[in-house]
Amino acid sequence: MAGKTLFDKVWQAHEVCRNDEGQSLLWVDRHLAHEGSFHAFNKLAERDMPVRHPECTIGIADHYVPTNARNLIAVQPKVRSVIEQLVDNTRKHGVELIGLDDPRQGIVHVVGPEQGITQPGLLMVCGDSHTSTHGALGALAFGIGASEVAHVLATQTLWQTKPKRMRITIDGQLAPGVSAKDIALAWISRLGADGARGYAIEYAGSVIRGLSVEARLTLCNLSIEGGGRCGMIAPDEKTIEYVRGRPYAPKGEALAQAEAYWRTLFTDEDAQFDREVALRGEDIAPIVTWGVSPEEALPIDSMVPDPANETSPSKARQIRDSLDYMGLKPGQKLEDVTVDRVFIGSCTNARLEDLRAAASVLRGKNCRVPGIVSPGSTLVKAKAEAEGLDRVFVDAGLEWRESGCSMCVGMNGDLVASGERCASTTNRNFKGRQGPGARTHLMSPAMVAAAALTGHLTDIRALRG
Amino acid sequence: MEPMNQFSAVALPLPLENVDTDQLIPARFMKEPRKPNGYGAFLLHDMRFDSSGEPLDFMLNRPEAASSEVLVARRNFGAGSSREAAVYALVDHGFRCVIAPSFGDIFASNSVNNGLLPALVSEQDCERLLEAMAEQPATITIDLQNQCISLGEQTVSFDINPTWKLKLLNGWDDIDLTLARTPEIEQFRTNYKNRYPWLG
Ligand code: SF4
Repeated sequence: MAGKTLFDKVWQAHEVCRNDEGQSLLWVDRHLAHEGSFHAFNKLAERDMPVRHPECTIGIADHYVPTNARNLIAVQPKVRSVIEQLVDNTRKHGVELIGLDDPRQGIVHVVGPEQGITQPGLLMVCGDSHTSTHGALGALAFGIGASEVAHVLATQTLWQTKPKRMRITIDGQLAPGVSAKDIALAWISRLGADGARGYAIEYAGSVIRGLSVEARLTLCNLSIEGGGRCGMIAPDEKTIEYVRGRPYAPKGEALAQAEAYWRTLFTDEDAQFDREVALRGEDIAPIVTWGVSPEEALPIDSMVPDPANETSPSKARQIRDSLDYMGLKPGQKLEDVTVDRVFIGSCTNARLEDLRAAASVLRGKNCRVPGIVSPGSTLVKAKAEAEGLDRVFVDAGLEWRESGCSMCVGMNGDLVASGERCASTTNRNFKGRQGPGARTHLMSPAMVAAAALTGHLTDIRALRG
Repeated sequence: MEPMNQFSAVALPLPLENVDTDQLIPARFMKEPRKPNGYGAFLLHDMRFDSSGEPLDFMLNRPEAASSEVLVARRNFGAGSSREAAVYALVDHGFRCVIAPSFGDIFASNSVNNGLLPALVSEQDCERLLEAMAEQPATITIDLQNQCISLGEQTVSFDINPTWKLKLLNGWDDIDLTLARTPEIEQFRTNYKNRYPWLG
């Protein structure tokens, strides 16, 4: 019998049954609910249904929370109403809430791993596409829509068609200045923003094993930007060490049992993947996006593409459209692109290591452009402050804010103005993502810090050099 | 949900790649309640209106758009966030089908859960349809049972996940189907707790 992949093992452990068309009904271990879940709770209310297993859902306020204060005093009434609906819905159904004023509050995909809610081998869902993040610990985790959230609330299960399996192997070594963000943008720019559509991704290889757990979270977070259903990394000793002792992690005898199981979660040597992709660590440079899709990304030492060099007319039109929105000239050097502001935050790059990476570039220097730093969680904020990172950012001229999704999506009002260009550690450079008419360039925290210092897109390697 | 089978309607060409969910409904509209007005007015809002709210020269602003039920777009339609509001915006505007060579995964399942057919065609067939439309609205016929699309002389076939097809054809709702399996789920749960006691 052929061996199994990590993904197959976790999938199989959760399969309740299959229907005649081959879809599987999966048991859901953990469901995370943010403010956007009001549509799903409304669907339950329409049918007058209870939450079947309230102990399996945790509410976390992140998308709409203000980052300049921890209260709702100055918050716009409609934004406030969305936050309050999460409070009401969780209270009504007996669901635990990590609310605005909770010391554990933060972005759902930062809080999950941080609190030990995320564990190897779990099946986790959330009404948010970046749920793929949690796969970094060996969980099977993916984003779902509001109807599916309602289904999970009502039944603690979910119907899914089994995706195909893709392995992205990265061997070799990363050059200095290259991070997990660059690995992700490298494969997405190569395969396309729908390159992994229909696949469950497993990241493997020596580079991946060498990544810290936090860097792995960044990499898996971006799986969805390449269209992947989920991204997973087999748990190893680093993973187990990371989970152990966290508030929601198993303890004592249960921990020993759990650890024994977690160590079985790897891809068997003779297991088959539907697609294999290989990259060399040495070949990956610091990358920035130039367009309006994460696939429109290039190494920082390149030039903005010229549609005149494109043979396909539709591709050329696409490039022209992106350049037009981004206000860029064909053939312009990426390093010559000036920025108006920076943002360091989001579930992609706002964990402690990310803040340290940015702070190490900024320490003792002055930024040319304004910007805000929003830690991934309130706990990350406290830890960063204990290390004095907040002073580094503030002394360099950036604003040190509270935790939330903030300028990643602007739902709380933290927006990039129309026509402004922002160097951002976030995950989406879509048109209007950071505000109507906003121009977003995605890159790693160190690269954002470098751009903040020089006022233009900057090769971190040269700055360090 | 209404069952769907064969229907003819006005189709609009939207010959763009990567029409992501942030474009389908910009985030700032998502704090609005869906009732009573629906999300139709927010659909592709920033492509339809300039910053002062003036309508732009865009397909969705044409008079034919009011009665159109089908969109034909390029690859990676609905990529991005899991916001089901993107589907609500399409459905509330009156759309019943989007034709494209690829869809964001979560968008596609959200579509089916709201009675919107994500009809997957090959890149070539998509270009044929767009060419036949010549940047104009056109009448199109969608036959879900036989998985084919006709537009003038052109007939192309489309792909759809078999469970999704069944759900759309019958107007089924997942929650009812799943609740019928409650004993099976409870049995699973008992075994599961025995195997993974630290999760119980
Ligand atoms: S930080 Fe951005 S990508 Fe992450 S959950 Fe919040 S809005 Fe979504």
